[in-house]
Amino acid sequence: MADLAVRVENLWKQYRVGRQPERYSTLRDTMANMFRAPFRKLQGLVPGQGSPDAAGDDRFWAVKDVSFDIRRGEVVGIIGRNGAGKSTLLKILSRITEPTRGQVSLYGRVGSLLEVGTGFHPELTGRENIQLNAAILGMKREELTAKFDEIVAFAEVEKFIDTPVKHYSSGMYLRLAFAVAAHLEPEILIVDEVLAVGDAAFQKKCLGKMEGVAKEGRTVLFVSHNMQAVTRLCERVILLDGGGVVGDGPAGQLVTRYLSSGDGNTKMRAWDDPVRAPGSDVVRLCAVRTRTEDGQPTDLVDIRKPLGVEIEYDVLKPGHIFHPCFSVHNSEGVHLFSAQDTDGTWRRRARPTGRYVSTGWIPGDLLNEGAMFVGVAVWTLNPEHCHFYERDAVAFHVVDSYDEESARGGWPFSVPGAIRPFCKWETQSEHGTVVVPDDLPDDVPQAQCKG
Amino acid sequence: MEEIIKLAPIAGAAGVQEPLLVLRPRRGWQRLGLKDLWQYRELLYFLCWRDIKVRYKQTALGVAWAILQPLMTMVLFSLFFGKLAKMPSDGIPYPLFVLTALVPWMFFSNGITQSAGSLVENASLLKKVYFPRLAVPIASIIAGCVDFLCSFVLLIGMMLFYGIVPSASVVWLPFFLALACIASLGVGLWLSALNVQFRDVRYVIPFLTQLWLFATPIAYPSSLLSEPLRTVYGLNPMVGVVEGFRWALLGTETSPGPMLLVSAVASVLVLLTGAFYFRRMEVTFSDRV
Repeated sequence: MADLAVRVENLWKQYRVGRQPERYSTLRDTMANMFRAPFRKLQGLVPGQGSPDAAGDDRFWAVKDVSFDIRRGEVVGIIGRNGAGKSTLLKILSRITEPTRGQVSLYGRVGSLLEVGTGFHPELTGRENIQLNAAILGMKREELTAKFDEIVAFAEVEKFIDTPVKHYSSGMYLRLAFAVAAHLEPEILIVDEVLAVGDAAFQKKCLGKMEGVAKEGRTVLFVSHNMQAVTRLCERVILLDGGGVVGDGPAGQLVTRYLSSGDGNTKMRAWDDPVRAPGSDVVRLCAVRTRTEDGQPTDLVDIRKPLGVEIEYDVLKPGHIFHPCFSVHNSEGVHLFSAQDTDGTWRRRARPTGRYVSTGWIPGDLLNEGAMFVGVAVWTLNPEHCHFYERDAVAFHVVDSYDEESARGGWPFSVPGAIRPFCKWETQSEHGTVVVPDDLPDDVPQAQCKG
Repeated sequence: MEEIIKLAPIAGAAGVQEPLLVLRPRRGWQRLGLKDLWQYRELLYFLCWRDIKVRYKQTALGVAWAILQPLMTMVLFSLFFGKLAKMPSDGIPYPLFVLTALVPWMFFSNGITQSAGSLVENASLLKKVYFPRLAVPIASIIAGCVDFLCSFVLLIGMMLFYGIVPSASVVWLPFFLALACIASLGVGLWLSALNVQFRDVRYVIPFLTQLWLFATPIAYPSSLLSEPLRTVYGLNPMVGVVEGFRWALLGTETSPGPMLLVSAVASVLVLLTGAFYFRRMEVTFSDRV
């Protein structure tokens, strides 16, 4: 077994319900509590109370008995749905908050990046903020001097380096903030969901930089909801649920489990709050779903079956022509295809306001097995404008059976490739031409085999 | 998972690895962690630097405020206490007598106000990154030194105007400044930690500083009190600082003596208790701010 980098032993962390983070108290509350405290202590003497499982009514355990070891040079993803304890775990590892029980041993200098631009001050210039941020993240001055130009170049803000950052565009601000963090060189790097911000190009750049960090052999702990990023960066994944570890193993396997268990709730995403929903003042996204032919929402699809991508959106201003579309990426981040609206009903007609649901069908026998990520967008042409593009809006999982009826053809091992169309085969021999099987589905010949 | 746990002790024994850091729950009183603080001195420097830069960046008059504040207060005090109430001033021209006290006083009162709010103001930092929390209130006290220097220039100007040249006792001045730092940091640590827990502190501070202003011999000389009482008066750390400034710069006849000693001991006590209280409460900061 190689060198240890992090060892977490029976870690527990308790918060008060509805007080996460704990609300500040007033003197009055505390005085009232001082009188109640003796009675509480009496209650504590009752057997059963005080053990972690029977925690008091207003308390809950954000992290429950978590243990794992991470070896030097490992890149580990931590996944789980909201409230699974991921962020609390990272906060403990990066010394921001303390565990309630248990312990963590760190075998190296830790640098944590729980937010981009921590400590940035709008009144200070780009240069000043780089210096401040570097000091906050624990970068030594000589280290910063050596890397300063590199940081500025990465952020692409050379011209504005002496301008207060309050005049920066949000993109510039983010790039600058990430640039400092990306040049940290701790032995153990802890990163929380920083890739969730910024546009697609920026995210790609960040992901590239993170890959670089991982390749340098540093230990990385990475929390993300972006399963593409997790499968691309990490070889190992720890799956958390309800504060505890429910899985620890190879990334692909656990991401699959996470997605297929419905834990991730990837089959549907709805934006209840119109303010936070993607869109413009003309059209706004309401929900995205993946469903089967009989209308059931699903995130698990048989490789032979078509899958519908349902885009629900509100048209807020009349008189525009819209083009809904979606794209599919696989877990390696390869853009497999984009699908434009082929239904002619609204193609050249300005739409009145109201709610619309456009469904695009991904044909069966097209994709390979594995996790697929769907991004949705609505465009107008003349002038060309993208009202929203919601990357990874939903995800689904393609499964192939071993029953010899699919493109797998009974092959027992993995079938590599980005797609897996059902190719019609025939074999000629001295025994005559035999076409098998003869009960092919009708739509199969559409998927042409080029090889 | 179980397999890993079982394997781990063997690896630990073979690799003879010592963890760099072990994180486990802390309860009760803590050590001050000055070594850790020293390692983060660069951050301390940048926090001060940021406080100084930001403080006056958006104000129209900028650093001039550091001079205007004591100047205006001096004029007001001279008018009401000097001219109208005819307060005694140990034979020193009243405006200079007041200003010599106001300069360290304002350093103190601005220091406690700034440091008391510092943790809550830096909440986003406390929640997202680790560093010794003591650095935050310390930085805000040190940042106040710039204001002190500006107002000190005003004080020198006034001394030149009145033609008063300090005697050799001026060499003690840094000592009194240090005492002011200790006192304001001590009180600042108490208030900043309390402020995280009880936001009432914010409303108490203006009242507290006002009360403290009159409990300190700024508008009047401490020589109004006779000796045993005067020494007890020194329990207010700022009494020693203010009278010390006057003695070192203006050569007031009564050297602070035992009163000063009491003030010094009181300041150090406030600082130590404040620092330990701060460290005790520190574990809850990131969850509460």
